Amino acid sequence: MIPELGHYALVLALALGLIQAVAPVIGARTNDAALMGLANSTAPMQFAFVGLSFLALIVCYVTSDFSVATVYENAHSMMPLVYKITSVWGNHEGSMLLWVLILAFFGALVGVFGRNLPSTLKAYVLAVQSWIACAFYLFILFTSNPFRRLEQAPFEGRDLNPILQDIGLAIHPPLLYLGYVGFSIAFSFAIAALIEGRIDAAWARWVRPWTLAAWMFLTAGIAMGSYWAYYELGWGGFWFWDPVENASLMPWLAGTALLHSAVVMEKRNALKIWTLLLAILAFSLSLIGTFLVRSGVLTSVHTFANDPARGVFILAILVVFIGGGLALFAWRAPLLKQGGLFAPISREGALVLNNLFLTTACLTVLVGTLYPLALEALTGEKISVGAPFFNLTFAPLFIPLMFAMPFGPLMAWKRGDILGAAQRLTVAFGAGIVAVAATFAVASQGSASLAPFGIGLAFFVMMGAVTDIVERVGLFREPLSTVRRRGSGLPRSVWGTALAHFGVGVTLLGIVSVATWASERIVALKPSQTISLAGYDLTFDGLAQRAGPNYREAVARFTVREAGIPVGLMEPSKRDFASRTTTTTEAALMTRGVSQLYLSLGDTSGDGSISVRLYYKPNVLLIWLGAVAMAIGGGLSLSDRRLRVGAPKPAAKPAMLPAE
Amino acid sequence: MGRWAFVILIFALSIAGPVRAVQPDEVLKDATLEARARNLSRELRCMVCQNQSIDDSEAPLARDLRLLVRERLTKGDSDQQVLDFLVARYGEFVLLKPPFERHTLLLWGLPPLVLMGGLLGLWMRARRHSSPHQAPDALSEEEQRRLSTLVDPAARDH
Repeated sequence: MIPELGHYALVLALALGLIQAVAPVIGARTNDAALMGLANSTAPMQFAFVGLSFLALIVCYVTSDFSVATVYENAHSMMPLVYKITSVWGNHEGSMLLWVLILAFFGALVGVFGRNLPSTLKAYVLAVQSWIACAFYLFILFTSNPFRRLEQAPFEGRDLNPILQDIGLAIHPPLLYLGYVGFSIAFSFAIAALIEGRIDAAWARWVRPWTLAAWMFLTAGIAMGSYWAYYELGWGGFWFWDPVENASLMPWLAGTALLHSAVVMEKRNALKIWTLLLAILAFSLSLIGTFLVRSGVLTSVHTFANDPARGVFILAILVVFIGGGLALFAWRAPLLKQGGLFAPISREGALVLNNLFLTTACLTVLVGTLYPLALEALTGEKISVGAPFFNLTFAPLFIPLMFAMPFGPLMAWKRGDILGAAQRLTVAFGAGIVAVAATFAVASQGSASLAPFGIGLAFFVMMGAVTDIVERVGLFREPLSTVRRRGSGLPRSVWGTALAHFGVGVTLLGIVSVATWASERIVALKPSQTISLAGYDLTFDGLAQRAGPNYREAVARFTVREAGIPVGLMEPSKRDFASRTTTTTEAALMTRGVSQLYLSLGDTSGDGSISVRLYYKPNVLLIWLGAVAMAIGGGLSLSDRRLRVGAPKPAAKPAMLPAE
Repeated sequence: MGRWAFVILIFALSIAGPVRAVQPDEVLKDATLEARARNLSRELRCMVCQNQSIDDSEAPLARDLRLLVRERLTKGDSDQQVLDFLVARYGEFVLLKPPFERHTLLLWGLPPLVLMGGLLGLWMRARRHSSPHQAPDALSEEEQRRLSTLVDPAARDH
């Protein structure tokens, strides 16, 4: 009964969605407050019903109801509870249900917290949100129903792909989806503004918190996915430029651009049309990402053609929303009033430059990801576009962007002073130069000649962010009491910006370190033999068998010594999952400061030796710590009173009342 | 979107079981030669995988290619000769960084073109608006009339 209940709840959500897709629009056209207000209640109700549906699916997985096809295909009764729950979204059908759940969640938030929005704008936003939701409800119900029953319930399930039985997977997709789908709000606001034909600085203020929230989750989600791939896939890379990753990077780049252009629009009422376009593009890229991953088109153009039902459906959604959105933009945007002007050397100018580089980077990823598909579809020629291409094209885009980054916050609106900004960045410059020199001196042997400059740039970026705060609070110039007062008076968004920019530098430092100084050993070892790398000696103590809940594992035990002193144990293992007849490699990680030793097992050979790969990854944790700093920076900005969702009333208002 | 689609694919394709990327027995004794082999491996695609280099891949085919690269290098081929040899054998599909040719013109050309176009556009815009001291055009008669009505409500009656 539970699966049917879930199925039925989803159908009801669709019915509510259809009402919400039409009624508010009619209400806004005829100025009927009741019809417009309808969406305020249907939005949370939609969320409740999708939530019920999702809950039903969780119950199916937790109770191992193998009469449900997706449960049979992706679960096993012996799995630990947490993986029973996470396997709900470890497959196509369940992950699409999670997708609409989050979509409905955001819709409900707008419905409940958007009280301050003008009623027609809100009506249109919720209607557009519901158009998207209905398209995906239909997609799930017609092509990817997670509640489909099997005629005869099998006794045991086929288990979740062992590589997905990991806590990283539990967190990664929901975070990523919160980001992806969060951009739908910006999209709905953009479409609503185009329909209404009105857009102003207030619009940017309403859109920015949503964008910021989505961006924050996407940042955390991408970082989480990258770390998961790093420790779970067993070859120690953190970014592979594969199309699935690119699919999440594109909305991130567009979203980052949107975040910055929305600031310009909010403060200076400029860049309006461009911001609208970015809002449409950010969500379009999320949709493209969904299409790329969900349609099977990536595997090959041919698999897509062989089983087209799902792919064609998503493609249709894609065409309707992206095509429709852009067509509406082309038609209505010229009618909108142009925004203010500004000098090229100004905060706005810096942000425009930021947007240019970010969108070009986004375009590069898009072209690189789609080009092989398009070329094969059009001419039949097969080419590959992989990491070497992206590494080569990304560096020239990101180096100037990062170099310019510390200047932006130090420049004034309207008309900035680039020399003044440079002067205030003297210390940051100095830090960068010292870092370059120090890197050359310390690590000259065997390192790529460009690496010291990468390190220098990272320090410049980090110190630049610090400079911004130091300048604002007047540290070293003013008495400490003034500094403290100014510090507590600084808007949180300023702290957020500085922290996020600092994080970019931290990530860069990690990437350059790993790319340049990571070392590895690949050897076959017998028990009691030792390998050495980067000052650590690892002795292979022996192999032991252990039984897990739904697997058996062979654990190799290594004692790690630094300068002869034992510092710990590393236990990489190989797990055999009988239900899928697959083996996974669980790498062992040992964290030393922000660096890591990474050990993963290969094959055992006849003479009792086992092949191991040992890596030393200097500063590798900085890559993700930087991303965490970026996400926290986003959160800080979001908590700024000025931007808080649903709290737009200026604080000064009560004080002004007596004057009325 | 998670990496599972990609991961499942790798698993589906490496049916032969877990042969890890770069085995100890593949490693060449000559360190410089081995370093060259690793660098080349990162440029070459494992053709049965999804966008993985043969250096990362666990597939048996990737191992064969790694051995082939090392064999050519030990025979004294230059890096370019090894790449040429593999392209002649497997087609351009094997290169993860496609060469700059007619059919990859857009791939390589579009990003710099957009960046240059954008910079040029911004520069021209800035030049157009960069002379704020230039006197604005004189008001037309109509504008003058509207202005005077705004400034002096009494003028409205005229």
